[in-house]
Amino acid sequence: MEHEKHEHKAHHPGYGIYILVWMGLLALTSITVTVAGIDLGAYTLFVALLIAAIKSGLVINIFMHIKFDEPIFKVFLSLSGFTLFVIFLLTFFDVIYR
Amino acid sequence: MTNSHQAAAAIPHVHRDDVGARMGMWLFLFTEVLLFGGLFLAYSVYRYDYHEQFRLAAMDLDTGIGTLNTLILLTSSLTVALSIAAIQKKNKFLAMAMISFTLLLALFFMINKYFEWSGHIAEGLYPKSPELLNMKNGEIIFYGLYYVMTGLHGLHVLVGMAVLSFMLVFIAKDKITFDNYVKLENAGLYWHLVDLIWIFLFPLFYLIH
Repeated sequence: MEHEKHEHKAHHPGYGIYILVWMGLLALTSITVTVAGIDLGAYTLFVALLIAAIKSGLVINIFMHIKFDEPIFKVFLSLSGFTLFVIFLLTFFDVIYR
Repeated sequence: MTNSHQAAAAIPHVHRDDVGARMGMWLFLFTEVLLFGGLFLAYSVYRYDYHEQFRLAAMDLDTGIGTLNTLILLTSSLTVALSIAAIQKKNKFLAMAMISFTLLLALFFMINKYFEWSGHIAEGLYPKSPELLNMKNGEIIFYGLYYVMTGLHGLHVLVGMAVLSFMLVFIAKDKITFDNYVKLENAGLYWHLVDLIWIFLFPLFYLIH
C-alpha cells in the first residue's frame, strides 16, 4: 500500500518547465563566457564557480527531479555534498598553512 | 486494505520498487562524484600552487569549442528530460525521437573533442611530449589534469551513449512504458551527472583568463 502510494504521488513536470530551465542554462552559459572576458581579478574564479553552482542547482532540482522526489534523496545529496566540502576544507587547511 | 491484498494475491507478484531503484542509482552517482571530486581537489591544490602557470597554459585551449560543447551537453540534458516526460504522457514516438536526438548530440560532442585533442597533439601538447616537458611544472600539471579529467569525462559520455542506446531498444520493445520507466529515469540521471561534471570542467579549464 505504502509503496503504491509513492508511485502515484510523484509529481510529473511537463515539457514547458524543462524548456524554461534549458533556456536559463543557456543564458547562464553566455553570462559566464562574457564575464570571463572581463578582468575581475580575484573574483573571476568566484563568479565562475557561483554561476556553475547555480547551473548545477537547476540541473539537479529540475532535470534530476530532486525537487519533486522523496525528501530522503535531498538528505543523501546534502550528505554527499557535505562530505566533498569537508574533504576540500581539510585539504586546503593543510595546503594553506603548511 | 484487505480488498487490495486479495487483489494483489490474485495476480502473480512482481517485485518492483522504483524509489529503491532510483536510490541505488543515486548512491552510484555519489561514488562518481567522489571519483571526479578527487580530481577536482587535485586541480584546486595545483591551481593554488601554480596560479599564473595555469592561466598561461589555459590560453591555448579554445574557448569556442568549449562553449559549443557546453551548449551541446546542456541541450542533450534537455532532450533526455523531455524523453521521460514524453513516456509519462504515453508518447512513445517522441520519447524515442528525443533519445535519438540525445545520441546525436553526444556524437557531436565527441567529434568536437576529437578535433580538439587532435589539435593539441598536432601542436605537440600531449602527455610526456618533448614540447610539454620543456614547459614549467604548472603547465605540465595543467595539461595532465586536462587530459585526465576531460578524458574521463569523455569516457562517461561514451558509456552514457551505450546506456541510452539500450534505453532506445527497451522503449521500442515496450520494456519501458508509461507506467514502468524507472530504467529510463536512471539512465537520465547518469546523463545529467555527465552534464553536471562538464558544467564545472568548462569554467575551470576553458575560462581562465
